[in-house]
Amino acid sequence: MKVLVPVKRVLDYNVKPRVKADGTGVDLANVKMSMNPFDEIAIEEAVRLKEKGAATEVVVVTIGVAKAETDVLLTARAMGADRGILIQTDDEIEPLAVAKLLAKVAEEEQPGLIILGKQAIDDDSNQTGQMLAALLGWPQGTFASKVELGGNGVQVTREVDGGLETVDLKLPAIVTTDLRLNEPRYATLPNIMKAKSKPVAKKTVADYGVDATPRLKTLKVVEPAKRSAGIKVGSVDELVEKLKGLGVAK
Amino acid sequence: MKTLVWVEHDNQSLKDATLSAVTAAAKLGEVHLLVAGKGVDGVAQAAAAITGVGKVHVADDAAYEHFLAENVAPLIVSLMGTHDAVLFPATTTGKNIAPRVAAALDVMQISDILSVEGADTFTRPIYAGNAIATVQTSDKKLVITVRGTAFAKAAATGGSGTIEAVSGEGDKGLSTFAGAEIAKSERPELTSAKVIVSGGRALGSSEQFHAQIDPLADKLGAAVGASRAAVDAGYAPNDYQVGQTGKIVAPEVYVAIGISGAIQHLAGMKDSKTIIAINKDEDAPIFQVADIGLVGDLFKIVPELTEKL
Ligand SMILES: Cc1cc2nc3c(=O)[nH]c(=O)nc-3n(C[C@H](O)[C@H](O)[C@H](O)COP(=O)(O)OP(=O)(O)OC[C@H]3O[C@@H](n4cnc5c(N)ncnc54)[C@H](O)[C@@H]3O)c2cc1C
Ligand SMILES: Nc1ncnc2c1ncn2[C@@H]1O[C@H](COP(=O)(O)O)[C@@H](O)[C@H]1O
Repeated sequence: MKVLVPVKRVLDYNVKPRVKADGTGVDLANVKMSMNPFDEIAIEEAVRLKEKGAATEVVVVTIGVAKAETDVLLTARAMGADRGILIQTDDEIEPLAVAKLLAKVAEEEQPGLIILGKQAIDDDSNQTGQMLAALLGWPQGTFASKVELGGNGVQVTREVDGGLETVDLKLPAIVTTDLRLNEPRYATLPNIMKAKSKPVAKKTVADYGVDATPRLKTLKVVEPAKRSAGIKVGSVDELVEKLKGLGVAK
Repeated sequence: MKTLVWVEHDNQSLKDATLSAVTAAAKLGEVHLLVAGKGVDGVAQAAAAITGVGKVHVADDAAYEHFLAENVAPLIVSLMGTHDAVLFPATTTGKNIAPRVAAALDVMQISDILSVEGADTFTRPIYAGNAIATVQTSDKKLVITVRGTAFAKAAATGGSGTIEAVSGEGDKGLSTFAGAEIAKSERPELTSAKVIVSGGRALGSSEQFHAQIDPLADKLGAAVGASRAAVDAGYAPNDYQVGQTGKIVAPEVYVAIGISGAIQHLAGMKDSKTIIAINKDEDAPIFQVADIGLVGDLFKIVPELTEKL
């Protein structure tokens, strides 16, 4: 069974986002860009399935600028993915269009499982996996903390508001990862060197015949209201007085 | 505009998250609700009683008992012929179903809205709430998830909606519910609690987490939350996680204990009315947002505080 893993290049999670003064977006010039952390978890899961013999090939796909090849596809292959697909574009592609492109890739590649991150930490949309599942007519196991393949299906344990929930899905299926699914391995330097020889196919949006025209127009981007630092108290007694003042302690 | 709001419930009772979504929907137009589940008469009655609600569509079917997106999304799509917008609370259930509906309608979903600026214009957080975007959609139908802390709750009583049974295609045969471990707690629910006591990595173990945090929470009548580090380490269950990728909370008082204040954590709690931080590092970023800070060892401070309350 082939596993497809879509990964996104995003502002590194350690970098504090800065809103551009002209209100058009967040400043991405000269800042560290990395693979979306949830997508690292997705690759790790796919590679483990291959190591266990449950998957035969791990294919990684990204839609983004040319630099995504070195920033994320290389890392993904160094972690164990077998080959990459770069759908190159300088435009911002919304989750709906990403899902449409991924659906085309899935038609070509015929994977048994597609593992995505639950959320990209830049747009915080949390949509693409579910949209892709809808477009393909496949079942979806979102926010996964455990994935077990067996027989003709996959059992997914999901992190939900009240705790955990388990669903059985027919294959082919979509899984989106939550933080507790696994701890992704590092892409070591020797593995990065080796990964350079693993193939990457370069495509464009037009190759797939998908209309990626955005549906949403961003009118402006602003900083949220700032909280200012308050006071420090010197003792527990003072804190107790403050809590009384707030009406939460008697 | 005719809106449809997904009613969040557990087949027994209606959840508060619904009420914030109703407030958001009312800003767009007429409010209809959808109660999908099994044995949901009680929930339907409660839904009809919400102030401002018109029709309550009720789909009572075993296929909808566990809100499986594969089964529920087609039902919602079938109701979108007569509605212009569908709104979901941004709960794990809403986030699971909404995009499946959006893609089926060929609509770009608007996630986690903070405000309604116009019939096609909304604000929403991006980059863990470090930026707020105003977006305008060109789609004919709207699919929206609503951040609960950003909208007041509609009154749960006083309404007189009419209940109408609807049916969908039922079980699509793609997925089945296999089980759940839903934590039962006497404490208030995290997302609607007035006071939250949250613990971080500094607690060091599950035993200490419960020994330190629980008694203080009991004294304050508070819900208990946690940082990702505390959840990852197994000190607290996953449903306690507050943050960018956990729960978004905005209580009257949020007490952060042994939590450094990473942006991903702040994203989930910085709209709390008053933030109190206890941390031994006076330079911890949490103090940049805290209204009241106390620098010191939590293992000394928390027991003393609990005792004195
Ligand atoms: C994709 C992604 C998503 C994430 N989502 C979330 C999220 O939703 N929620 C979230 O919380 N995090 C999230 N994180 C993780 C986040 O970046 C931080 O790693 C995490 O919040 C740190 O948790 P912490 O503050 O408990 O631990 P630490 O950062 O280790 O802080 C521990 C604090 O305890 C203090 N301390 C230690 N001992 C004592 C003592 N005896 N008394 C008093 N104070 C003490 C220390 O000074 C320190 O400030 C996410 C990260 C990523 C990459
Ligand atoms: N441009 C992209 N290229 C490849 N995968 C993507 C892209 N955008 C989103 N994804 C995938 O969809 C997931 C969820 O993203 P989102 O719906 O934007 O929060 C990500 O974790 C990725 O797995």
